[in-house]
Amino acid sequence: MLQEIDRVIQQYKGKPGSSIPVLQRCQEIVGYLPPEIQKIVARGLKTSAAEIHSVVSFYSFFTMKPRGDHNIRICLGTACYVKRVEEVLSKIKDNLKIDVGEVTEDKKFSIETVRCLGACGLAPVMVIDEETYGAMTPKKVPEVLAEYS
Amino acid sequence: MEKYRANLLMCAGTGCVASGTPKVRAAIEEELIKKGLENEIKIVLTGCNGFCAEGPVMLVYPEEIFYQKLTVAEVPKLVEEHFLKGRPYEKLMFKDIEKRHAIPLMNDIPFFKHQVLRVLRNKGLIDPDSIDEYIARDGYMAAAKALTEMSPEDIIKAIKDAGVRGRGGAGFPTGLKWEFASKSVADQKYMLCNGDEGDPGAFMDRSVMEADPHSVIEGMIIGAKAIGSSKGVIYVRAEYPLAVQRLQNAIDDCRERGLLGNDILGSGFSFDLEIYLGAGAFVCGEETALMRSIEGQRGMPRPRPPFPAHKGLWDKPSVLNNVETLAQIAPTILNGPEWYRQLGTEKSAGSKVFALTGDIRNVGLVEVPMGTPLKTIIYDIGGGMKNKKKKFKSVQMGGPSGGCIPEELIDIPVTYEDVVKTGAIMGSGGMVVMDEDTCMVSTAKFFLEFTADESCGKCTPCRVGTRVMLDMLTDITEGRGREGDIETLQDLSNDIIATSLCGLGQTAPNPILSTIRYFKDEYEAHIHQKWCKTGICSDLCSFEISEDVCTGCGACARACPQGAIVGEKKKPHSIIQDLCIQCRSCYDRCAFQSIKIGPAKEKDKTAVAVKDQEE
Repeated sequence: MLQEIDRVIQQYKGKPGSSIPVLQRCQEIVGYLPPEIQKIVARGLKTSAAEIHSVVSFYSFFTMKPRGDHNIRICLGTACYVKRVEEVLSKIKDNLKIDVGEVTEDKKFSIETVRCLGACGLAPVMVIDEETYGAMTPKKVPEVLAEYS
Repeated sequence: MEKYRANLLMCAGTGCVASGTPKVRAAIEEELIKKGLENEIKIVLTGCNGFCAEGPVMLVYPEEIFYQKLTVAEVPKLVEEHFLKGRPYEKLMFKDIEKRHAIPLMNDIPFFKHQVLRVLRNKGLIDPDSIDEYIARDGYMAAAKALTEMSPEDIIKAIKDAGVRGRGGAGFPTGLKWEFASKSVADQKYMLCNGDEGDPGAFMDRSVMEADPHSVIEGMIIGAKAIGSSKGVIYVRAEYPLAVQRLQNAIDDCRERGLLGNDILGSGFSFDLEIYLGAGAFVCGEETALMRSIEGQRGMPRPRPPFPAHKGLWDKPSVLNNVETLAQIAPTILNGPEWYRQLGTEKSAGSKVFALTGDIRNVGLVEVPMGTPLKTIIYDIGGGMKNKKKKFKSVQMGGPSGGCIPEELIDIPVTYEDVVKTGAIMGSGGMVVMDEDTCMVSTAKFFLEFTADESCGKCTPCRVGTRVMLDMLTDITEGRGREGDIETLQDLSNDIIATSLCGLGQTAPNPILSTIRYFKDEYEAHIHQKWCKTGICSDLCSFEISEDVCTGCGACARACPQGAIVGEKKKPHSIIQDLCIQCRSCYDRCAFQSIKIGPAKEKDKTAVAVKDQEE
């Protein structure tokens, strides 16, 4: 894993403004960005750990907590809001017994909320890993989750 | 080129893919082989068709028959009827809701009939991954014209004369922006594209990038020539993986064909571009913040001047245009300013793409001339309310920076000026329609949650002010509203507008101001009577069944998660108030509208707890 990170850093080294792409790639590799990784990136890009941390903490794409094997992203955009995505979200929370930003005990699922996935035509929408589920209802939640367990 | 008897244009936009395009496509392919038709009929995957709610959709050429809501189970029948026997398959066609008959041709469907396609000219018609298909539809002719026959001044004049205005929200004249950057002297200039579509409820940029990526690239090439830039960046949200993939593919194809890189088309002009993935921050839609983000920093806005046209990305002159703006550049250059001005009004020329969503029947992307009445968009194209029994209440335009337009203003023509007068803004073109069951205080709270969360924190009025207003709105929706709250909200709003640096803070209070302006009675009912008339704020309502309307069908009793509804079959039911948790399930379920929503009632809270324990 560290070798892969090193390769990414070497590829971008010296290129101005590369911290965000490097962090994106690192998060793909590791799954999240703990302080140790941030320090490695900072050293590699010859900048301070504070600088890197300021970027990581600013953008919602970056996470410092590990995610579950299957990451559930629930859209809280306007169209989904109007179509009552809240009810779907609470059903998922009840089912998995975790809150937004948490991981289930067996590390299988984690829940995140996002601001508009741009699939408003299908509202309410959620995405598990890369798969999009549209027109969600609380009723559909158990069967969708069952696909992943 | 091989010839086919029919082409099946299947939508492969994000919406239809999620609704099942890949599975249906595989089923059709299999079925065609089974029937021995695979050499006569070709399947083409296109970008977003726009009619997302009816997905997966498919258009059959040459007849132009439109099929919707395709399922794997219906495929054998469809193939046999239409492609073997030549009888279009009515069951999968769009149905007219009143007359109950099927509408076979796409252009006869009201959703499509009122549209004019300029930005979306290639939507659903070409394979977005094929540069040849784009070129076959006059693609890159405008770029060739701009690079070989026109001077930068000619290009800028054409765009200025056409009256093209930025489609990202503020509506700044594009030609003027280009002129400023063109006059700046520097060794390097940047041509940037804003694909960081952050407004919740708007998805036209995603759709354009997915359905017609070359139209954006062509616009950028022309813009680059106008301002004298050799480097471009497309900033795209990481949440749009399909758009990124199609853009990258389009860029690679352009490089191979010599449409990007050194000495494009032998004109001596060089330009190349790359994609930069955003990392999820709404404020990065603001131009200076976006540029900081490309530089690898926190995306926080900075004061202007200096404007990006003088000092932008890496302190070099830069122009940032929205995806939709860039997509209309090529046809404008090719057909001239007069053509562009054929649509729209004097100050708001051309056409605009809107994303229709919410409680409306026809959800999807529509492109209409500027100045089209709001009513036409919502009723003729949108088909009115999804639930015919519900009344239209309001349409939200402009996302978290915009406002809610009430029913009495539904006749306004949609132009930059007219929309601003209502307290909303054009924004990127999201239109979220709400029916009478929507609580406007909760809606304002929803947007404040968004802006409080997305405020970058640089300016105190925005950072703290949005939080304070959000707390007040939360109090109001939970029954802790006090006398004077409305006035305090208005005061705070005006302060935040006056003292924030960027567009985010300056517009964050708009949802509050516009809902107070048109729905003040709702705020008052929440505060004084502790009554949310829509039953959305569960602490501020109670439910009762009117005995004279109730038919005793029992649907509500089955829907109630608390078992709080009792009554004999075919006789009026009633609700045990102490057990009711105001979840609104009965209200949504009742087909006879017999459930009435009243103000909050004092109740024995232990009853619910006791019941929970028993279970």
